[in-house]
Amino acid sequence: MTGILSLTTFAPIIGVLAILFLKLASKPGDRKKVDAASKWIALVTTLATLAISIVMVAKFNPAEPGFQFVESAPWFAGLTYSMGIDGISVLLILLTTFLMPLCIVASWRSIEDRLPEYLIAFLLLETLMIGVFCAMDLILFYAFFECGLIPMFLIIGIWGGKNRVYAAYKFFLYTLLGSVLMLAAILTMANIAGTTSIPALMQFKFAPQLQIFLWLAFFASFAVKMPMWPVHTWLPDAHVEAPTAGSVILAGVLLKMGGYGFLRFSLPMFPDASHYFAPLVFAMSAIAVFYTSLVAFRQTDIKKLIAYSSVAHMGFVTMGIFSGNAAGIQGAIFQMVSHGLISGALFLCVGVIYDRMHTREIAFYGGLVNRMPWYAATFLLFTMGNVGLPGTSGFVGEILTMTGVYGASTWTAFVSATGVILSAVYALSLYRRVVFGTLDNPKLATIADLEPREVIIFAPLIVGTLALGVYPDAVFHYTTASVDHLIEAWRAASPVSVGG
Amino acid sequence: MTALLVILVFGPLLGATVAGLFGRRIGDTPSRVITTGFLFLSCFLSWYTFSQVTWGEWGGQHIVRLLPFINVADFHSDWSIRLDALSAVMLVVVTSVSALVHLYSWGYMADDPSKPRFFAYLSLFTFAMLMLVTAADFMQLFFGWEGVGLASYLLIGFWFHKPTANAASIKAFVVNRVGDFGFALGIMTIYWMFHTIRFAELFPLIAAKAGTNWTFISQEWSALDLAAILLFIGAMGKSAQFFLHTWLPDAMEGPTPVSALIHAATMVTAGVYMVCLLSPLFEYAPAARTLVTVIGATTALFAATVGLAQNDIKRVIAYSTCSQLGYMFFAAGVGAYQAAMFHLFTHAFFKALLFLGAGSVINGMHHEQDMRKMGALWKLMPITYAVMTIGTIAITGIGIPGLDLGFAGFYSKDTIIEAAWAASGSPAGAFAFVVGVFAAGLTAFYSWRLVFMTFHGTGKWKHDDHAHDAHADHDDDHGHGHGDHGHAHVPHESPWVMLVPLLLLSIGAIGAGFAFHEYFVGEGQVEFWKGAIFNGPHNEILHHAHLAPLDIKLAPLVATAIGTIGAIWVYLLNEGMRARIAANGGPIHTFIYNKWFFDELYNATFVRGAKFLGDLFWKGGDQKIIDGLGPNGVAAVTAFAGKGVGKIQTGYVYHYAFVMLLGVAGLLSYALWAWAR
Repeated sequence: MTGILSLTTFAPIIGVLAILFLKLASKPGDRKKVDAASKWIALVTTLATLAISIVMVAKFNPAEPGFQFVESAPWFAGLTYSMGIDGISVLLILLTTFLMPLCIVASWRSIEDRLPEYLIAFLLLETLMIGVFCAMDLILFYAFFECGLIPMFLIIGIWGGKNRVYAAYKFFLYTLLGSVLMLAAILTMANIAGTTSIPALMQFKFAPQLQIFLWLAFFASFAVKMPMWPVHTWLPDAHVEAPTAGSVILAGVLLKMGGYGFLRFSLPMFPDASHYFAPLVFAMSAIAVFYTSLVAFRQTDIKKLIAYSSVAHMGFVTMGIFSGNAAGIQGAIFQMVSHGLISGALFLCVGVIYDRMHTREIAFYGGLVNRMPWYAATFLLFTMGNVGLPGTSGFVGEILTMTGVYGASTWTAFVSATGVILSAVYALSLYRRVVFGTLDNPKLATIADLEPREVIIFAPLIVGTLALGVYPDAVFHYTTASVDHLIEAWRAASPVSVGG
Repeated sequence: MTALLVILVFGPLLGATVAGLFGRRIGDTPSRVITTGFLFLSCFLSWYTFSQVTWGEWGGQHIVRLLPFINVADFHSDWSIRLDALSAVMLVVVTSVSALVHLYSWGYMADDPSKPRFFAYLSLFTFAMLMLVTAADFMQLFFGWEGVGLASYLLIGFWFHKPTANAASIKAFVVNRVGDFGFALGIMTIYWMFHTIRFAELFPLIAAKAGTNWTFISQEWSALDLAAILLFIGAMGKSAQFFLHTWLPDAMEGPTPVSALIHAATMVTAGVYMVCLLSPLFEYAPAARTLVTVIGATTALFAATVGLAQNDIKRVIAYSTCSQLGYMFFAAGVGAYQAAMFHLFTHAFFKALLFLGAGSVINGMHHEQDMRKMGALWKLMPITYAVMTIGTIAITGIGIPGLDLGFAGFYSKDTIIEAAWAASGSPAGAFAFVVGVFAAGLTAFYSWRLVFMTFHGTGKWKHDDHAHDAHADHDDDHGHGHGDHGHAHVPHESPWVMLVPLLLLSIGAIGAGFAFHEYFVGEGQVEFWKGAIFNGPHNEILHHAHLAPLDIKLAPLVATAIGTIGAIWVYLLNEGMRARIAANGGPIHTFIYNKWFFDELYNATFVRGAKFLGDLFWKGGDQKIIDGLGPNGVAAVTAFAGKGVGKIQTGYVYHYAFVMLLGVAGLLSYALWAWAR
């Protein structure tokens, strides 16, 4: 199956070329036709990519802890183009290819301005994100990782809301800071180890003192992506301004690049530093859960509320990863997948009413259940997923990451368990204010329930959330071997004493 | 056996799914028939299972594994059905009450426009409760635990246009989550202590950990006490014990059948069930058991005092439930788990009876719940009156000690009080015994007060325009028209579909104690429980309880008699006295009427505290400090240095994107250069 990774990664590019060709070949008067055709091209491309990635997952051997489907070719200037996936990355790729067609369908009507360009941005984004999870070379990873931010930046900056420029600027500033530091670290590593191959670097033992600096440099970049407290404030703004599909990808996939980075680089390459800094990560994660949950509770904008709740949920991921045990790390990966489904679905839920009313103010709504019972039921399901109700996928990730971190720090488990209470506070009060009550706002009097297109978007997400909630072993089936491998390496490292 | 148990547990889920998803398509009656039908099937299978476990071939413990659930390293859990004497008792209680409540709701919810949704929720609740009681590990237990919480949330807020109902449903969920905070930490503690969360693997390991210590949040704890206390916090939330009880009275915003099923007979007893299920843990956790005893006894006393002064018929019964749950907990706390389970069993019948009876009154009174506007209903609602009287006799525990003959509560409550007496060597046990006797008197007072205010005296509903207004309001609220009655002022008896469940429950309220006390707490208890409840090697509390002298056995009866006479005196013989007490009650009346001011206290601290902190973190932390020093600060500095603020505000997005691309390209080129060098 060599080549399937490149095929998955670059399949969306075919769609990009098709849309570009169509756009260039068309006359100025044909805009509507071009728009319609572009949508279908984008949808077919993303569906085809999904199909390829499903084949990839089916051929994947879960028992093998190392990299699979490895491709390696000389690139340019002495660099190597090298791809490969293991149990940690395989499901994140599937998550990406799964969410993409839904995003295209979600944008079917809500985007009117410069639609072909918008679709191109999404398809490019898909390629770059899959590339991030496939790259087995440090420089290649960096190229995908940083370039992936550009389409996202454009999606926010061009198709965003009123304050899009400020949001894009904030996004840009934070990311830039992280990138520069990470690149410096990458160069240092390449120079010292004499290789940029990720599997080789995993075997390489950096001196503990050096690990500290390299770890911090990577941490700067990944912590911003997650985002971790206190570098999280770009996310609510980015979400608020981004179009619905942009938010879905931002929450569903882009945030996961940070967690993936910790698992791929920080833990295996800098195990001593990871041990050393684990308490810092625990503190930041626990604060994130408590702090951002309370901030979410006070929001008046639906998207901001969900964005803050994302930060809280990502806190579980980081604490799980650095707990260094199976429950914590498996839980963290599961939480990433689950959050991709649930928060993506929640942003789509906001999109449904935003498309109809063009406001995200909580106070504008109320009593929607009277007119939109199916919407109310859908929103309820994902709200329950967000509060981690057992039976939904949200529960599994939370309980496992907390259990994992309990083994490393009971204080972190204790503080983060307040998230169990606080998530119910903000999520249920949001649901109540939007959905329950009487329909008092006259503007809502004719609001319509879900249309078939929207049902098609939500159906796979509902199935996914419930299926993973009832049978989470489906995920662990893929992750176990690679995570066990990772934990062995972690156990071998001993906590470093800095300055000694 | 597997197929039977699967149908028993999953039938209600199927019913809920059909009614919930297709209810509007297939119509009201098919939805009701399907859900109620599955419930009666489950009920029948439960009694069959119970008989097989008790007298037949199915003794001992069976675990039917259905599917793996969460399996990571040594964290193993399954979807399974655990059958033993303990779960068999719960199966019978849950499905019997649930089936009757389903049937009763045909009448009670007859005019509600959302019947399929209501029956779907009821069946969903039953499914979650069945999963809870048949769990073989902590994960499935937690699933059921939160699942019943979800159903409770949905049913309390069933009338979603009522702001009070919405507030109550959120309160119930959140307060339960406070308990689950402890519960989740308890599960984690168990996992790291024993490296298993399966009950069958866990229980044999416990004794070895007795006396060891465990470090949790920088403190040294007695290991087993810590685990038991954390888990008990969960039980406090679910079973509305002192400090976490505030949601239960508000939960009465839900339709009355819900109150009977969830907030009286089944869900709120889940905490008691869990403590009994975990008796192998609690037996080795003496400090935790002291806490259970004290919290239980305090709740029994507290809720009984508050119940004395409430005027809403459902709230009186809610506080009564709270109080009776307290009895169950202190029974478990002193080690008499069997007595706790027995009271859980009998209480389910008479409390469901009282609630459904109250529902019949409310229905007959056209959705009036204030007892001050009732009175003299006995003639108009004779069957409701009769069954409410039976329920009241059962809860007050009237019986003849010498002959050992009485209604259900007589057997179970007196066993609990005797067990507390047997444990009164310890301060907690002595406290529980005194409270148990005293609260029995209060129970009698408030229970009879309810009957007298509702059914006796003068009818306050006659010529009362206000009641009519209230009635009209409720018509709007519920879409519940009574126009067809033609004489909307006059209370009426409920239809047979509501009365039959009441009569069936009356049989339980009369006979459940007499029929089963030998099995649950008597000579046959060891044979009955078959090891499902564990008593430590020195725990012979039930034996000692049976040896209680006659004066101890008489104590609760005397208290009950005093309470009853008091109620007769105030509410039957001197009708005006109630209003005078309410008016001139002084601080004590104010204190108990306002439920010891818990809601006010929690609002002032937790609710306002959370809002304050949320605003502080948001506006102070995020906006002022983080953004102020971070991006906005950078922007300001740039503006100051290059006067470029205008560009930043109006800047072209493409420019930034181009800069990013240049940045990546530049950095990569530098990387190549550095690498090639």
